[in-house]
Amino acid sequence: MASTCSPSSLPVTPLTPDQLEQGSSLWRDAWHRLAKNKIAVFGGATLIVLTIACIFGPLISSYSYEDQNLNLGASGPSLSHWLGTDTLGRDLLVRLLVGGRISIGVGLCATIVALTIGVIYGAVAGFFGGKTDAVMMRIVDIMYALPFTIFVILLMVFFGRNIVLLFVAIGAVEWLTMARIVRGQIMSIKKMEFIEAARSLGLGKRRIIFRHMIPNVLGPIIVYTTLTIPAVMLLEAFLSFLGLGVQPPLSSWGVLIKDGAEKMEEFWWLLVFPGSIFSLTLFSLNFLGDGLRDALDVQSSKD
Amino acid sequence: MFRFIARRLLQTIPVLWFIVTATFFMIRFVPGGPFTAEKAVTPEILRNLEAHYGLNKPLYQQYFDYMSNLVLRGDLGPSFKYASRTVNEIIADKLPVSIELGAISLGVALFFGLILGIIAAVKRNSIFDYMASSVAMIGICVPTFVLGPLLVLFFAIHLGWFNASGWYSNLDRILPSATLGMVYAAYVARLTRGGMLEVLNQDYIRTARAKGASEIRVIFKHALRGGILPVVSFLGPAIAGILTGSFVIEMIFQIPGLGREFVNSAFNRDYTLVLGTVILYASLIVMLNLIVDVAQVWLNPKLKFE
Amino acid sequence: MIRRYFGPILALLITTFIAGCGKNTSAGHDQPVGPDGKKLMVWRVGNGSEPQDLDPQTVTGVPEHKIMMALFEGLVGEDPQDLHAVPGLAETWEISDDGLVYTFHLRPDAKWSNGHPITAVQVVESFRRILAPGLASEYAYLVYNFVVGAKDYYEGRITDFSRVGLTAVDDHTFQVTLLHATPYLLKIMASHYSWWPVPVDVITQFGKFDQKRTAWTRAGNHVGNGPFMLKEWSPQQRVVVVRNPYYWDAKTVKLDQIHFYPTDDISTDERMFRTGQVDMTYELPNAKIDAYRRDYPESLRIEPYLGVYFYRCNVTRPPLNDKRVRQALALAIDRESIVRNVTRGNETPALAVSYPGTAGYSPRAQLTGTIADAKRLMAEAGYPDGKGCPKIELLYNSSENHRAIAEAIQQMWRKNLGVDVELVNQEWKVYLDMQHTQNYTLQRGGWIADYVDPHVFLEIWETGNGNNDTLWSNADYDRLLQAALAAHTEEERYGYYQQMDAILVDELPIIPIYHYTKKYALSPRVKGYWPTLLDNHPYKYIYLED
Repeated sequence: MASTCSPSSLPVTPLTPDQLEQGSSLWRDAWHRLAKNKIAVFGGATLIVLTIACIFGPLISSYSYEDQNLNLGASGPSLSHWLGTDTLGRDLLVRLLVGGRISIGVGLCATIVALTIGVIYGAVAGFFGGKTDAVMMRIVDIMYALPFTIFVILLMVFFGRNIVLLFVAIGAVEWLTMARIVRGQIMSIKKMEFIEAARSLGLGKRRIIFRHMIPNVLGPIIVYTTLTIPAVMLLEAFLSFLGLGVQPPLSSWGVLIKDGAEKMEEFWWLLVFPGSIFSLTLFSLNFLGDGLRDALDVQSSKD
Repeated sequence: MFRFIARRLLQTIPVLWFIVTATFFMIRFVPGGPFTAEKAVTPEILRNLEAHYGLNKPLYQQYFDYMSNLVLRGDLGPSFKYASRTVNEIIADKLPVSIELGAISLGVALFFGLILGIIAAVKRNSIFDYMASSVAMIGICVPTFVLGPLLVLFFAIHLGWFNASGWYSNLDRILPSATLGMVYAAYVARLTRGGMLEVLNQDYIRTARAKGASEIRVIFKHALRGGILPVVSFLGPAIAGILTGSFVIEMIFQIPGLGREFVNSAFNRDYTLVLGTVILYASLIVMLNLIVDVAQVWLNPKLKFE
Repeated sequence: MIRRYFGPILALLITTFIAGCGKNTSAGHDQPVGPDGKKLMVWRVGNGSEPQDLDPQTVTGVPEHKIMMALFEGLVGEDPQDLHAVPGLAETWEISDDGLVYTFHLRPDAKWSNGHPITAVQVVESFRRILAPGLASEYAYLVYNFVVGAKDYYEGRITDFSRVGLTAVDDHTFQVTLLHATPYLLKIMASHYSWWPVPVDVITQFGKFDQKRTAWTRAGNHVGNGPFMLKEWSPQQRVVVVRNPYYWDAKTVKLDQIHFYPTDDISTDERMFRTGQVDMTYELPNAKIDAYRRDYPESLRIEPYLGVYFYRCNVTRPPLNDKRVRQALALAIDRESIVRNVTRGNETPALAVSYPGTAGYSPRAQLTGTIADAKRLMAEAGYPDGKGCPKIELLYNSSENHRAIAEAIQQMWRKNLGVDVELVNQEWKVYLDMQHTQNYTLQRGGWIADYVDPHVFLEIWETGNGNNDTLWSNADYDRLLQAALAAHTEEERYGYYQQMDAILVDELPIIPIYHYTKKYALSPRVKGYWPTLLDNHPYKYIYLED
């Protein structure tokens, strides 16, 4: 009873275009998964709202970040000053928003710089291994050990005190640990089957590193990035002590928190509000980061 | 493995030499010197001061003298700021304090960090995950110069259980290590959670569970080894950082450790002390990174020494 | 929702809770007892920073000074209430008619803390040490600027110390011969450690006598002649001194021990005060002053302190090269507002450089003028309403206090004069370097006096003085300064100072802002303690009462 069952005579309903399974890339999948993660979305939204507030808020406020009211001095939250005033009578809310511009800006830019350098450096070192890795990692060791304070002061002596220097100084410090972590991760997946497969397929080294290895170690990279951003913000406060960074009357969250910490018993709002907005940013970053990490996790159980 | 270690140790020599040389010249080019003071020193006195410390010799001569003292006698020279002490003495006095502070803080950090991280990973996206992650986040969100005084205000001033500062009795160890530990605990927790999540989805974990292993066994015997890899990578610089970067903690709690000297020596332009602390730190970093690299291979059986 | 923000809410709650707390509890954990079991009278003080050394001939800072006052005593001591010279190592002294020769009669029973007697020859040797070039003592100039032959000896032009005006007439008589009459010499000798004797016999047991950095200053080796002697020196932890039984006035000394804590962080120092770990702080954070006025008024001390806070002008840089601009800037500062709202420590606005009430001298010349006058001066200088005025950079060293004052003044200048000043902060040594190389336009400065005499603030602005740094030079001023040094009576001398102050108020190479006060916490248990202009409190009169 076989002759009538030939493939061409079986009833076959052709599929419509949108029934065909769409080929999907890692990134598109990740985006979909991320969008479904409510907390991560919330975190991302909070960050966007904060950034918009920092950029546009001071423009609509009736106070400027530098208007002083010496006779008023530090006063608590009130109807005229929602978050209170600092010891020179300046409105804290406006200063917080303006400071946010600096902190978020520096935090993002410096971290991106550190991230880019660190990931590429660490991946290359981890991938090639052997002598290349040895030399590259020894260079990292050297840069770790050089005294940071002296380094920054020297930078200022030779290059003046401009904002680009701020990024250089911060970036020079933060990429090191990132490179080490990435290298460690790369080395651990180097021997995995899918990498061997890619290699046996004859894929070029650059392709293997960027399209196959790095996406698979994104997890710890993202986690460490979300940890780097607060460190960068606080490092900026230390750098402004050295004279590099924003000059008064401008301020940043790191400096506001440092000043608030010294006055926390008398003028609690000077610490609590900057501290809270700092924490809020970090929490949002972390939830977003976790969401990104989950979304990009190719091995997470689909069952 | 021993060949690997031997090779790395050999590599440290050029690394250390480079660091010392670079630092030596860097600090000379920075404005302000050890004797720059508010009440200006008269020129005659300044001449004598510089002659005493050899600062009037040509720079390469000073460098050569310093290096020969260092290599032949292990003598790091006199401190410029603390006139009656040598750098060797200062380090010998303060390093044990920093080590003690660092060890206890690290213990605190690893203990709480690992537990919180594991809980967060295992109970992923549940209330336990959020609680554990949030508590861990306190260490990152609340900087040490806020957390320290807060703890002192509450436990020392309000409750009267501890001294506000100092490093005399065993009780004095608690508040500083708690403060420093919490910061690193946060890092450890986050990295552990991340690392464990990677590992918990691997096939070999699934196999272990399928074989009927208990969850505890799965976590601690199988998953942890791979899961703490990012923590291990981080630990190298972290240990060096805890030992030497506890500047803020030592200021707040008046602890006679080396952390303050790392920063203060630069601010005082105490050339010899800067070099001494840099050499110490460099040696530490190099040693710790070596240990971490060895540990990484030991933890992940797929890795080999290269 | 609440659960997810558990962390920050917790942090917020804790912070608010803490802010409401903070009462004093006595948790002083350090109560030594004597051999008879009785509690010792121990005074514990926050001392600002770790001392460089405990050798009075090689140290330079205030924390070191405080410890030197316990371990050493000069030929003359300080009166506890107004610091005038009282008998110390010397019982009596005479000054020659021309004011050039001082003869001191040492106590026959004067002893070092190791029991050995102090002789005039040892005093001479002690001075030979501070003038030894090898020792490179930073304060040697406080000796060689006044004594015959001393500077020549220091610079190697003469090598025979007997030609220097510091001689031992006999075992107990010591003579000082000066270059010119110095009316305030006794004040320097009383208040400044560079004139206090050191035990050269002991020092040479540990190295050459002009060798720096020997072990003689360590606990167990240290010998002095002050009311106390060194028992313990734990670096960065504390310095402990105990009563010196060989001190000639030991019967007046009531304290058994003094503990000095080198706390650099003033907030930590203040917290230590509240837990009872120290009885006196080195300073008090500005933010805490109002809280102390309200909650611990009996512990709050705000006392006049002989120093002036000012902005230094580089008079070669435009627009500060025009004295009308300097005057305008000086007049446009609302000093009352600064001391009331920013520094909050009852400081006096400074309308002249000299400190009113310094040993009976108060400058008559004052900065007078209104904001309108300031505006007019700016217009006259060619910058009406600040238009066209070159940018001025105001340099200060990184500190919250300096920043707050600078920000307030920046606003005042902008509002009142239309002048835009850019604030630049630098770390301490870079800031000092820029000062000493005159690489600044406008710079924050301060000067604390070493002894109580109006000369202190006025001698700095002489042409070419190492601390001038303004590049300001005025021949009249220099002439008046020399005349003052040669004056025969205090009245005549003060007359010259009045003229000098008048020149400074007109020329304004520096813009004075306020006169210092010392703000700190002192436990009410502490008695025998009087406020003094130099913040020197001779320890032998201090005692504790519970």
